[in-house]
Amino acid sequence: MLWYTLLSVMLLSCSKSNDHQPFTDTAKATLSIEFNNVVGTDSLVLGAGNYRNSSGEVFSVSLLQYFISNISVRKADGTIFTVPQDSSYFLIKAQDPSTRFARVSVPEGDYVAISFLLGIDSLRNTADISKRTGVLEPAGDMENGMYWGWNSGYIFFKMEGISGQAPMDPSGQHKFRYHIGGFGGYSAPTINNIRKVTIDLTPAGKAVVRACGKSNVCLMVDVARMFDGLSRVSIASNPTVMFGAYSASIANNFPGMFRHSHTENQQR
Amino acid sequence: MSRKVLMMGILLVAGAACAKQLISTFTGFQPPAHFPAPVYHFNTNHITQAKFELGRKLFYEPRLSRDNSISCGTCHIQSAAFTHHGHDVSHGIDDRLGVRNAPPIMNLAWSRSFFWDGGVFDLDLQPVVPITNPVEMDEKIENVLAKLRAHPDYPRLFERAFGSDEINNERMMKALSQFMVMLVSSSSKYDSVTQNLGAGFTAGEMQGYVLFKNNCAGCHREPLFTDYSFRDNGIGPGLNNDQGRYLITLNEADRYRFKVPSLRNLSFTAPYMHDGRFRTLETVLEHYAGHVKNTPNLDPLLKRGAKPGIPLGKAEQTAIIAFLRTLDDRTFINNKQFSEQ
Repeated sequence: MLWYTLLSVMLLSCSKSNDHQPFTDTAKATLSIEFNNVVGTDSLVLGAGNYRNSSGEVFSVSLLQYFISNISVRKADGTIFTVPQDSSYFLIKAQDPSTRFARVSVPEGDYVAISFLLGIDSLRNTADISKRTGVLEPAGDMENGMYWGWNSGYIFFKMEGISGQAPMDPSGQHKFRYHIGGFGGYSAPTINNIRKVTIDLTPAGKAVVRACGKSNVCLMVDVARMFDGLSRVSIASNPTVMFGAYSASIANNFPGMFRHSHTENQQR
Repeated sequence: MSRKVLMMGILLVAGAACAKQLISTFTGFQPPAHFPAPVYHFNTNHITQAKFELGRKLFYEPRLSRDNSISCGTCHIQSAAFTHHGHDVSHGIDDRLGVRNAPPIMNLAWSRSFFWDGGVFDLDLQPVVPITNPVEMDEKIENVLAKLRAHPDYPRLFERAFGSDEINNERMMKALSQFMVMLVSSSSKYDSVTQNLGAGFTAGEMQGYVLFKNNCAGCHREPLFTDYSFRDNGIGPGLNNDQGRYLITLNEADRYRFKVPSLRNLSFTAPYMHDGRFRTLETVLEHYAGHVKNTPNLDPLLKRGAKPGIPLGKAEQTAIIAFLRTLDDRTFINNKQFSEQ
């Protein structure tokens, strides 16, 4: 008993020194945004076979990866802090749960809204190779890579899976493939599937960011809403969507996929 | 004391003489005076001898492919002006066939985009495509970098070029770019004539040059012999229905449009067109003179008369071909600096 008390006192000693000091705007602290992939009310488990979309199609997901970038946070008084771009590119991979956290450094404060892009902004899509580091490395292979070498652009959202509604492909699988990209074009205008997502944190809990604490904004990313948002996507009608006009229909469903579940603000 | 100083002095002079020799044969990127300004971003990739030589070695390095059998030089052969000698489409790893004709690697510093459909806008990003394409080299960049790191020579060569032996994608791409931009072809008979360097056209070549300027130069603009635009020249869809630039822009007007190729070194780069369907220059000229199809996106420059195409009699076609042969640059295809060492 005494041991646990001692331990908790030790843990609280961090905040003890800050108790009497107001937080400062110039001090930076870590905010994490957690991206949890779900299908409706169920967690997304790769390979699990019984999800159903609004078209009544049964499917499983074998691959889900997407870029989150250009994160900004807003306070109640309207001031916005934009995370320095080089630190604001994240690749969320369903097969690697450790990638579900986008951790950014922001000034201490209370934040009532966050914004980010699903995708990579156009300037970065046309940047010199020296600016393409980390998750932006264009070195990905054809299978899991998130870069289209043939038109020098990133794949923003990549989802593949199996469904009886998908026609058989040359490998014998009933596979659907959604590779959504398109940054607007370099020397000629073309499709722009970059989508901005803004989340109001007030209903489910603002982010209280302090240096001596942890703030984690928990988001649900709902695959069911990719199939049904501003438009309805059917695997049977569109089993393969890549660089083509229809991709915009899927991209328009992106903002509706994100739902704020809750925020964990821990004071250490 | 003085003997030591003397020895040091001799060593310094010997060392300097060695370095001098190294520098004197490498002249860096020399833009020809009669060419327009290059568009490659040299400010992010200054040409140095060490980077150029590293890029050359990488260009001829089969370890860029999955089974270490295919290098860039496999399909871009110097004697064919860096095209795939005689091949309409190339075969890559495991003899897999591609869908397009390997374009020449020459004068790339003036090109604003790369590939027949212009899908890549930065030369530093171009090698990613053949390296990762399953029918070309079918490899992953990470694997290539691992092979280079494990190789006895590359860490030292990267150190010599970049100052440290770190081998990463950015450095590899920039080294390859340095080699590729150095492949400048500007020493043909045509260049000698137009620069008043002593050569003169024959009567037939001169006639061909005049005809060329009146009929072909709208797209094949001097002195690079392309305006780098994308056009439909009425050859019609090929067997694989390659839609060219449309795949990059999704713009209806770009369906079946391909980049206007340079006409330099044609004697070495047969066959012709994006899918290599024309084996001889005679066939190409016959196409323009009498077989241009009235396709939906046919270029306006080929719709000047009642019949699509360019009205040219047989003698005129022969003269134009004679002129085109003056664009062959034997200095370029024989330059040892560009060869596999």
